[in-house]
Formats: sequence, structure tokens, C-alpha cells
Amino acid sequence: MSLRIIKNGLSDTFQDLGRYGFQHLGINPGGAMDGYAMKWANVLVGNNPDQAVLEMHFPAAEIGFETNTLIALTGGNLDATINEVPVPLLHPVIIAKGAVLKFRRQLKGARVYLAVAGGYQLDNWLDSDSTHIQVKAGGYKGRALRKNDQVLMHAMTQINALQIKSDHEVLPWFAGNISIEQDARIPFLMGAEYHYLDTISKQKMEKGAFAILPNSNRMGYRLKGDQLQMNPIHEMISSGVTRGTIQLLPDGQMIILMADHQTTGGYPRIGHITTTGIAKLAQMNAGEILFFKKTTLEKAEADLLLQETNLQQLRHACKFRLEAFFKN
Amino acid sequence: MPSTASYHIYPCGDHALTIELGDRIDLTTNRKVMALYSQLKASDIKGLQDIIPAYHSITLIYDTVFLKKQVSTTTVYEWVSKEVEKLLEKFKIVENQISRKITIPVCYDERVAPDILELSLAHKMTIADLIRIHCGIAYRVYMIGFLPGFAYMGSVDPSIASPRKASPRTIVPKGSVGIAGEQTGIYPFDSPGGWQLIGRTPLLLFDQTKPSPCLLEPGDEVQFYPITYEAFQNFSKA
Repeated sequence: MSLRIIKNGLSDTFQDLGRYGFQHLGINPGGAMDGYAMKWANVLVGNNPDQAVLEMHFPAAEIGFETNTLIALTGGNLDATINEVPVPLLHPVIIAKGAVLKFRRQLKGARVYLAVAGGYQLDNWLDSDSTHIQVKAGGYKGRALRKNDQVLMHAMTQINALQIKSDHEVLPWFAGNISIEQDARIPFLMGAEYHYLDTISKQKMEKGAFAILPNSNRMGYRLKGDQLQMNPIHEMISSGVTRGTIQLLPDGQMIILMADHQTTGGYPRIGHITTTGIAKLAQMNAGEILFFKKTTLEKAEADLLLQETNLQQLRHACKFRLEAFFKN
Repeated sequence: MPSTASYHIYPCGDHALTIELGDRIDLTTNRKVMALYSQLKASDIKGLQDIIPAYHSITLIYDTVFLKKQVSTTTVYEWVSKEVEKLLEKFKIVENQISRKITIPVCYDERVAPDILELSLAHKMTIADLIRIHCGIAYRVYMIGFLPGFAYMGSVDPSIASPRKASPRTIVPKGSVGIAGEQTGIYPFDSPGGWQLIGRTPLLLFDQTKPSPCLLEPGDEVQFYPITYEAFQNFSKA
């Protein structure tokens, strides 16, 4: 069971939910930027939601399959094709040995996730399969994929026995479009230093438009908009920060910490993007404009639980459909 | 030192909270942090994913989805902060906390210490004085951050405290020992950085093949000692 990288993309790395339990050593958790899309990709092919998937940006990799494989694509729409025929997101798809998966253009969103039934065989480092580029560990040899890399997959017995008449088959059930919402407003919770913002800046933060700058990446999103001003803070002492933390830089602009964030920071924490908001943000590209929307802890937790409930429902439905499919 | 601690707990988004145990960078506050850190590690509070100690605070990362299904409080944050408060009620600061003691060889030769001459001139002392002062006391690892295994240690003697470089270097070689303010630290990786570089250690600060990949951990006591350029080179070869 394997696939081969015919042409590598901009940054194709394996990511699971992240590497937790080591942030006291400065080891950042990493993991999929859009953790929600990552989980959906897994459940569509009958995996556990937390298994590692391939995260790709545009341009994405061109991938040749060396075995019949059950796959699913979620997240950003990068116009995926199998042997030049468009294939939809959010469907389980059987791809035949010898067929080639390509991504032609960036239609919507920023990151696409590729899950394979059974999962990939990866280098586990500190209890996670996520690629840690800086340390060069985890994922596939601790680095982004390159041309000619062969990635092994865990065998999925049913698929070997399966007869495929063409080079691919899109299975007739799907997950509904869950990954990308139309609303560009990103929900945030007030941070410890929010109250140091002056009144006008608080209004600017919620009313203003903020552009995502080109030097935004898996570490953080840098924003550009109206400068925010703070009343003087006695002394900022560095402390733990986390994914979604909005820091105010000395120039009055914001940075939002993403998957590969540093574990500690000393800039004022004016807010925190909610977990569901982070998934949404992860599908936004440099140059796009975002607006903030203040929310409450109650609402943030309720949204997260709703996502989880939807995921579990999809998981059961997919298991049922897949079992029925392979019985026939 | 009081046996119980005054504290302040607040949420950091929907999956984390921070406990502040003081309002300054000093040994007394950090001792409280490390005492609570070990008690949190030994506690059976469920759903904790990370415990990040820093100078005056601890940040807990928790699994909100997992806890949401288990606890009945209005918010998960409320439940976790109550658990922390329960722990803080019984909280005792051990007067003689035992720190791991680690000695680190440092080569202060100008060939691997690009800022040492400038710094000694700025502080109106000889390079030998600067080395003697830097090696004169043991430092406490207050916090690890910035890079995997990058220990923020303090505090250096005020006579050698130095501001960061006006413009950071794009590449600081791995093993470089630097000063920033009253902090001293070692770069575990080649990385961009703005600290004043006064030496380099041949020791590996980070080894990904080890189950515990970092040489230094929060709360450690670190003693530097000088080695010659030849010893540094031979050390690297060995």
C-alpha cells in the first residue's frame, strides 16, 4: 500500500491533531491548521478522527497511487482531479492503482486535506505523527514532501479485494459543505490585556476590516488594519500562549497565533480566536479581509460541542455506509 | 514567605487558562510557580493537555470537547479553574525545593562570541571580567519558550545586563550563549535572534532522538564554566 509524489507542492506535510504534553519544553503542538476539516477527512474513509492526514496548500502535490485506495478530500477547494476528471470534496472516493490525483487551481479556501483509509505509515515523534519542520521530526522524515517520495499506507483489506471498473469511483454519499462558511467574521474572546485597549481601539477591533498579510503562515497570521492603541501596561511578563491568541505588536497591528506558534509570548494578549473560529481562519488566504466578532465562552464552547456532535453523527453514518458498501 | 499563595486565574480562549502567582520576575514568585507546576503534574485533574510554567504564571491547555461531555458546570473553564482553586487551597510551597543542577561548558573565544568585545567595552570591563561574572553564579531556568528547548535563565549580574541588539541577526548558530536584559540563554537551533552573543557551548541542548529531548527543564539550576577554543573544537569532534 503506497502512494508516490510525482510533483511536490508548496508545503505538503502530514498533520494530526497535534503534539501535546511538551509545551513546557517549548515544543509547539503543531497539527492540522483546520482541525475540523482534518477530522472530517478521516471519518469519511472510516478512520479515527485523530489520524494524521496530508495537509496541502496551493500549488499542491501531484500524487500517484500505487495501490487501490479509499480516499477523501476536505477543506479548501483546490479543484482536485483524478486523471484529469474533477472529483468532489467531502465524498469518499476509490482511486485505482496507477491513477493520478492533481489540483488545478485555487477556487476557495487555503488548505486541502487528504485522508486514506487505514491511515499513513509515518514517523511518530513524542506521541504524534505531525511534522515538526524545525526539529525535523514526525510525519514523513520530519519534512515537507518532495518529488519521488514514496509514502506507505496501512493496509485496508476490503479495498484490495474490491474490483474497480474505471480509474476512480466517487461513492454516493457525502458530508455536506461544512468546512468553509460564507461569514468572514471571526469570533474572538477577550484576552487578559483587552481592557488596556482604549475605547476607540475596542470599537475599531470589532468594526474594522483587517487584511491578512503575505508573511502569514502556519506559525501565525499577521494582520494589517487601523492601528490599535493601548493605555500603558505596568509590566508585561512573558507567559504561556496558545493557538488563537491575538497579540498586539508594538506597531499597533495584530498577530494571531496558529498551529506552529511559540509556546510563550510577551506581547499583550488582547483576545483569543475560538476553536471553531481558528478552523475558519485556517481556510483564509493572505490578501483576504477579515472582521472580528466578540463572543462569549458559553457560546464558544457550545459551538465546539455542536461541531463535535456533527462529527460523531457523520462518523457513525459513514461507518454504516462503508460496511454496507463493502459487504456487496 | 507565606505558605499559601495569592493568585489570579483567567481564561485564555476556549481551551486554556492562566494562573498568575505574582507580578514580577523574581525567584520567590518562580518558586511558587514551580511548586504549583509539580503539584499540577501530580494531580489527577482530567482533560489537561499541557502545563506551561513561565516566570510568574502557569498556563493550562485542556481538552474542551472531552471535558464538555464530562462536567456539568456552565463552562468547562469554570470547572478547570475550580479544580485549580481546590489545589491552591492545599498548596504548600516546599521551602527547600530540589532543583536539578546542570553544568554547561562555554567557549567565550571571540571566534564564537561575536558580541563579547563590544559588550565588555560597553560595560567598561575586560573580557576576562565579563566571563568571570557570567560564570560567577548559577542561573535558574525560569521558563522555556521561543524555540524547543530555549531556556530563559536569570538573572545575570546587573553589571553585565545588556539590551537586545538593535537589529536581530538572521542566523544565530546553534549553541550560542546570549544575554538579553538580565536574562541569559542558549540557542538550541540555528535561528534568527536578537540576543547579544558572548559564547558558544558544544553541548547539544536539544536531541530529538531522546525520549526527553531537552537538556534543560523549567526549574533547573545552571552553572556555566569557561573552556578554551581548542577544548570547544575537540568537544564537538568527540
